[in-house]
Amino acid sequence: MLDKEGIAKRIAKEIKDGYYVNLGIGIPTLVANYIPDEVDVILQSENGLLGMGPFPFEGEEDADTINAGKQTITKLAGSAIFDSAMSFGMIRAKKVNLTILGAMEVSENGDIANWKIPGKMVKGMGGAMDLVASAENIIVAMQHVNKAGESKLLPKCTLPLTGINCVKKIVTELAVLDVLPEGGFRLLERAPGVSVEEIKKATAGKLIIEGEIPEMVI
Amino acid sequence: MNKVVSGADEAIRDIEDGMTLMLGGFGMCGLPEKSILALVKKGVKDLTCISNNAGVDDFGIGLLLHQHQVKKMISSYVGENAEFERQLLSGELEVELIPQGTLATRCMAAGYGMPAIFTPVGIGTEVAEGKEVRNFNGKDYLMEMAFDADFAIVKAWKGDRLGNLVYRSTARNFNPVMAMAGKVTIAEVEELVEPGELDPDNVHTPGIYVHRIFQGENYEKRIEQRTVRKKN
Repeated sequence: MLDKEGIAKRIAKEIKDGYYVNLGIGIPTLVANYIPDEVDVILQSENGLLGMGPFPFEGEEDADTINAGKQTITKLAGSAIFDSAMSFGMIRAKKVNLTILGAMEVSENGDIANWKIPGKMVKGMGGAMDLVASAENIIVAMQHVNKAGESKLLPKCTLPLTGINCVKKIVTELAVLDVLPEGGFRLLERAPGVSVEEIKKATAGKLIIEGEIPEMVI
Repeated sequence: MNKVVSGADEAIRDIEDGMTLMLGGFGMCGLPEKSILALVKKGVKDLTCISNNAGVDDFGIGLLLHQHQVKKMISSYVGENAEFERQLLSGELEVELIPQGTLATRCMAAGYGMPAIFTPVGIGTEVAEGKEVRNFNGKDYLMEMAFDADFAIVKAWKGDRLGNLVYRSTARNFNPVMAMAGKVTIAEVEELVEPGELDPDNVHTPGIYVHRIFQGENYEKRIEQRTVRKKN
């Protein structure tokens, strides 16, 4: 079974040289720590920055330089600043190659819910709806089951949707799965020490298992 | 031409109860904090505020919420504000949550003189309810209307008396698109400079969009999430 860092490490392997990538809040943010040096990527932060760098050194924080999670960050050499309209313009125009974000639920046809729990949580969708409606390649980083022990990989989402037919791949503490265009979660890899049986038990939606399922290499 | 006013109080003098305001900033970053304080002091009520966020409990738009000056918030993300959540759940406050890019682009449309935009964002979600859908090249798009705001209030780094503005780093965010979109646009700046001091090639908001400008003193520029790494 993977911890959060492990999920981030596995997702980092999906990032290809030359990509522009948008990382959501939570586990996706950790992915930046595991991108190999030889893979040249540029991180987009939707509040208006290309070329996001690591957190500043203590004492060097700049209130005017933050990421979309409102954390103080740095700008790498060659970074560019732009306004919010242009930022989402480049997202809708599919200039950003990969979006990695968290989710509360994903359905077997690639729908995602991650912005609202009616009557409980009213924080808003921020940029998530824009990102999932536009990105060609969306990877979800999340726990396989929720705190109540219920599967988050469902036949159909129960929470208000963020986007439809958009999730391409899911990495959880148990498995790597892709979402097939015709519907269904196809099991690609097992986390170290996790059996296919355990993954079956934790997946409520249609799970497709073809042949031997290899263990992840991280 | 001189658009300089004495300060925030004069800049917002004719903002009245029931008006619609755009407020620039992303969280606390690039927030027109001096104008917000003046609005709190003036006590105008029943405002509709278009702003990406709703401030925190004791800063930014949170201060207006605390005094029950806001009737409706139009935002993309409103976490980090307990009073906001309380007013929303009790029905005192009306809230329209819209996707962040749609929020920015509806401002942009107003500033570019276009009545509406078509966007793929929100198709198949509750954001699409009651809205016109058009199909272009086999894909569905939602029609979203340009905003109509009485005032836009923005924060820039530098500006001159003609209203030309330059923003700094990610404090730019919504400010340029909102500056273009108000019937009246107020700009507060950290530094008011003489015409000619701003490089025309690097002006972010041309002065034609700005009606009033003032230099604010002692910006607090609060940091919402101070994240750092240790040396070595």
